[in-house]
Amino acid sequence: MIFRIALGAALAVALVFLTLPVVAIFVDSTPGELIDSLGEPGALDALWLSLRTTATALAIILVVGTPAAYLLATRSFRGKAAVVTLVELPLVLPPAVAGVALLAALGPHGIVGDELDSAGVELTFQTAGVVVALTFVASPFYIRQAVAGFASVDRTLLDASRTLGSSEARGFLRVVIPSAMPSLVAGAALAFGRALGEFGATLMFAGSLQGVTQTAPLAIYERFNVEFEDALALSAVLVAVSAAILLSVKLVQGSEALGGAPR
Amino acid sequence: MLRAEIRTRLGAVGLDLTFEVGPGECLALAGPSGAGKTSVLRVAAGLVRPRWGRVEANGDTWLDTERGIDVPPERRRCGYVFQEYALFPHLSAWQNVAYPLRGMRRAERRRRALELLERFGMRELADARPRTLSGGERQRVALARVLARRPAALLLDEPLSALDARTRAEASRELAAVLREVRVPALLVTHDFAEAAQLGDRVGVIDAGRVVQEGTPSELAAEPRSAFVADFTGAVVLTGTARPGREDLTEVELDGGGAVASTDPGSGPVAVSVYPWEIAIEPAGEPAHGSTRNRLPAEVLSVTTVGNRVRVSLAGAQPIVAEITLDSAERLGLRPGVRVLATWKATATRVVGN
Repeated sequence: MIFRIALGAALAVALVFLTLPVVAIFVDSTPGELIDSLGEPGALDALWLSLRTTATALAIILVVGTPAAYLLATRSFRGKAAVVTLVELPLVLPPAVAGVALLAALGPHGIVGDELDSAGVELTFQTAGVVVALTFVASPFYIRQAVAGFASVDRTLLDASRTLGSSEARGFLRVVIPSAMPSLVAGAALAFGRALGEFGATLMFAGSLQGVTQTAPLAIYERFNVEFEDALALSAVLVAVSAAILLSVKLVQGSEALGGAPR
Repeated sequence: MLRAEIRTRLGAVGLDLTFEVGPGECLALAGPSGAGKTSVLRVAAGLVRPRWGRVEANGDTWLDTERGIDVPPERRRCGYVFQEYALFPHLSAWQNVAYPLRGMRRAERRRRALELLERFGMRELADARPRTLSGGERQRVALARVLARRPAALLLDEPLSALDARTRAEASRELAAVLREVRVPALLVTHDFAEAAQLGDRVGVIDAGRVVQEGTPSELAAEPRSAFVADFTGAVVLTGTARPGREDLTEVELDGGGAVASTDPGSGPVAVSVYPWEIAIEPAGEPAHGSTRNRLPAEVLSVTTVGNRVRVSLAGAQPIVAEITLDSAERLGLRPGVRVLATWKATATRVVGN
């Protein structure tokens, strides 16, 4: 009995602690005030830029990360453990370190800076630089989940697909990806969330130019001292977007669980 | 016609075998797990490549390592029914069946898939996901799916082992009917001799990657050439030393005590086999009568009712299993610990290589 009360109390504490700050964003100001604050031009620019760069980064992560994760999940080769560790490294890297690292590699004075420059590619203080920073910090979130998802797909399904007349590539698209879909969606959602909230690496690598590299988190940081209302409004929108993503993932996984994994 | 010659090492098993299956014929390769049965199917399907091998189906060469031919599995047209059926969990029954149907409109694919499902009495469950189907229903979907491929050969991996005892008999009849109907060579592997005997026109007993004896199920049961085959076909196998005995019979002195007689010739260290249903049980101390030459004292270990039969495990000098009717078991009052005599005729006793 006492144990059950202790469990309930722990959950209550966790719930209050985790939800109170989020709720506070909405109770501090009325919806009308929030919408008014968004009317300020810089705020909408920042939101729009955040969505664009995050979507672009996610697209790159999906296109490159999915086949890479499949290879890591299904083939064994020498040095695989080292490769996996390197791929997962940005996961534990402090964002400030990620920013410095990106500058050291891709910045104007970075190790491939001259090559990028002569190819006409400019990243620092450019929207493209934001996408690079987001891709760098967010891709391990997707790749990790995708590897786990592909590894749990029964290899016999691909064998069956092949004996039924499909090439390995077709089997990958028609059988393996759908079977791993719950993991892929979860990984994509994590990567999206991480990219949407990215702050440190973006600030250091791409700067905070309104309309060019100032994403919503950077705009919030710039405003919270001076225009707390505006910071709140932007935060509220980000909360809404994040909650919507989380909810749709739960919905997708719920429907997959109904018709998905074998008994 | 499906012909294969395989000599290779795959993982822990070395394969060295040759077989040929005619159109409409079913060859069952039966053996204990780890004997390399599934590897044979995977080589035939092209899912693994042996170091040395040749596979031909209907005159097409699928594999010839010497000539560097290795047709990929997707172009071999063989219907592979996997052990747990390997239905695609994210597709409905009809979409599973339609998977091999290519180059036609969706409506046409659905029509053909439904036709095949209809043939297996599964029309009503066309929209069900595999996980909601029973084992027997899944098997039917898996069969319909490989037939949609119009296979040149069928490969079946333990087709009945995923089913419970009750559905197994019916599924076995259905499968036998399909095999008769499609008129293509079928290669089936199983660890269960009874299953092999039910479905195979011929049975090859496979041990450590080699076919140790091949024949019709009754040939194998009647004349097992080794203790392994005898044991695998479900016979009781006893070891001992043979020498010529009275009345032209072979007398076998059993290891651990006791002796049995057989009408088969033999000498030196041998194994003798007898089927459980040839063994009768008499109360201990019953005087010898009639023609039952072999009488071994034993103690009842366990009594298991299987339908209207009773399997009795006996501990003598060597373990023995007898199958008797429910009536006789009750009449004898069999229960663990009771001392009895296991008796059988010299004519039911096979002398086989050790």
